[in-house]
Amino acid sequence: MGNRCAVIGVGQTAYRTRRQDVSIAGLVREAALRALEDAGLTFRDIDAVVIGKAPDLFEGVMMPEAYLADALGASGKPMTRVHTAGSVGGSTALVGASLIQGGVHERVLVVAFEKQSESNATWALSTHLPFNASLVVGAGGYFAPHIREYMRRSGAPEHVGTLVAVKDRRNALLNPYAHLRIPGIDRAMVEATPMLWEPIRYLETCPSSDGACAMVLAAEHKVTGTPAWVHGTAMRSEPIFRAGRDTVNPQGGKDCAADVYRQAGVTDPRREIDVAEVYVPFSWYEPMWLENLGFAAEGEGWKVTESGATALDGDIPWNASGGVLSSNPIGASGLIRFAEAALQVRGLAGEHQVDGARRALGHAYGGGAQFFAMWIVGSDRP
Amino acid sequence: MREVAVVAFAQTRHTGHDEGLTEPELIAPIIREVKEVSGLSRFGFTCSGSCDYLAGAPFSFVSALDALGAWPPISESHVEMDAAWALYEAWVRLQHGDVDTALVYGFGKSSLGDLREIMTLQLDPYYLAPLGLDQVSSAALQASALGADPAALREIVRRSRADGRANPYALDLPDPGDEEFEVQPLRPSDVAPLTDGAAAVVLAAGDLARELAERPAWIAGIAHRTEPHYLGMRDLARSASAADAARAAGVGKGPVEVAELHTQFSHEELILREALGIPPDAVVNPSGGPLAANPVMATGLIRIGEAARRILDGRAGRVVGHASSGPCLQQNLVTVLEA
Repeated sequence: MGNRCAVIGVGQTAYRTRRQDVSIAGLVREAALRALEDAGLTFRDIDAVVIGKAPDLFEGVMMPEAYLADALGASGKPMTRVHTAGSVGGSTALVGASLIQGGVHERVLVVAFEKQSESNATWALSTHLPFNASLVVGAGGYFAPHIREYMRRSGAPEHVGTLVAVKDRRNALLNPYAHLRIPGIDRAMVEATPMLWEPIRYLETCPSSDGACAMVLAAEHKVTGTPAWVHGTAMRSEPIFRAGRDTVNPQGGKDCAADVYRQAGVTDPRREIDVAEVYVPFSWYEPMWLENLGFAAEGEGWKVTESGATALDGDIPWNASGGVLSSNPIGASGLIRFAEAALQVRGLAGEHQVDGARRALGHAYGGGAQFFAMWIVGSDRP
Repeated sequence: MREVAVVAFAQTRHTGHDEGLTEPELIAPIIREVKEVSGLSRFGFTCSGSCDYLAGAPFSFVSALDALGAWPPISESHVEMDAAWALYEAWVRLQHGDVDTALVYGFGKSSLGDLREIMTLQLDPYYLAPLGLDQVSSAALQASALGADPAALREIVRRSRADGRANPYALDLPDPGDEEFEVQPLRPSDVAPLTDGAAAVVLAAGDLARELAERPAWIAGIAHRTEPHYLGMRDLARSASAADAARAAGVGKGPVEVAELHTQFSHEELILREALGIPPDAVVNPSGGPLAANPVMATGLIRIGEAARRILDGRAGRVVGHASSGPCLQQNLVTVLEA
């Protein structure tokens, strides 16, 4: 794992359908300046910038890091652009942390963003490589069959997805940055919304958001303020077309979790992790990832959700921030998970703070549930 | 820093046209080749570089995973940059000390679209892209700012194409003849050709590198820098970021026998020679360089691979590989490799 690394600053923009008050550069700069302010630093103190976002087709700017170098104070410094599909926000944090763990830099600014209002993400995701027919529309069209297969295997009752949607949307009411904040949200309201991709209803899916998130990462001797120490980092990828790949409970997710738990000394995640920010873009992915990440036995994830254990007052809160279901600037969504995990163990999560959180999991996934990025952060120096 | 070396390098026989291969079909043979050369079938880390806009579709790197044999699942990442930056990320990862090998690859099929138009979409979308100042026009602005001697440019093109004809992996391009200007002062042969291709490198650390290769190409220094995006903010006749990266990588700490430079336009060789401090007697782009084969997103990695090859096969003792990104050499990466 290399040298010790800590999060010493977090900055987020408000997540909204349209941020027409700022350009793309203005959006990323807003998050970066807030992260620097949190760390008590300026751009001058930063050694390198790592930026991540999902496909460039989302904004129509090819390799936008070239254009964003000025807004992020990167001139004269190394700047790297990460792209690992939906997991990219998480990967961006890990590439930034790697620079410190490898002893190459002392302070690194990581930023991820999406400005979805610049185009239409669903259609940007529906074009395929030449000679390949597109049989699905958007991410929901791709993932809905996986959810139906999960329901078939586990025998989960149909209302479990609704419970996740209500829980995450209630949490979002406690997060001032969240995009979807729906007062009075309840099961009846979710169940009254249209079916988009069976069994995913409108309020069980993530929004399209504009937004950016940033973090300042520091080597041990540069730590200031209240750090969130990195206890483990891991990435895993698997091929999309491999026959026999279990796309419902992917091996890559299991292996990635096992790797990050081993580094952090976690043997029983449900008991030893205090709060988890997990990439749940469609409600049903909470019970599915509960199993994939070892918080529940196979086939039992939905029971953990149904018991209320993942609620803010449960024994293992998942997505106290409202999660991807409440804010989804795609390229930043993974980094927001990692940043919210850091805020929790720093005790700075505000109204959605989990009392006494000392160890947190940040998780992101992408592609055809084949790219995984995870970290565990803690209030104790490892 | 931990000792890390290039122990294997492979590239496709690049083509100036679409051969009907998908990206996984393009990269599968070179992945197999570096596995055979290094004797490794699994790697501690894998990182690639590619660009969605070349394929005109999101996630062009996703299907490439199917060419790797990524099962059981692998520790892997991707940069939307030239794969030289993927090599940098892999070098950083190897510094952690817990893994000893890395696979790096990059690929690009420029034949599928209009590269000149695609590269224009890299500009600031509010203030620059709408002006229609395309990649070749901005390069021509830079060549004008440099006041490059037309005879010197012509000689760079002639030499690069001749070297390319002697390189079985590069395109077979004739000596430059009488040409109209593409955009003054650049002529069509001053512009790197449209190319499809891919490349792969294996990195290994410490004693393992010595086991895997007779003469590992040790990375003595590697660094990259960016600079302001707006052309008006820079002295286009110079490359401050290339000079900074060269200093950080330690180019000047010893002799340079060979330099492989990411010159997508002939005049860039003049700017980069000065910025990197390449001595006049060094051999520049003996492979023919990008003016003889430019598989975008792999071109920079090929520069490092071609430089490393000269260490691996015993022809040189200290070489430089360079990669660039962004309009008019905005971003530059410099590697020093030693025997």
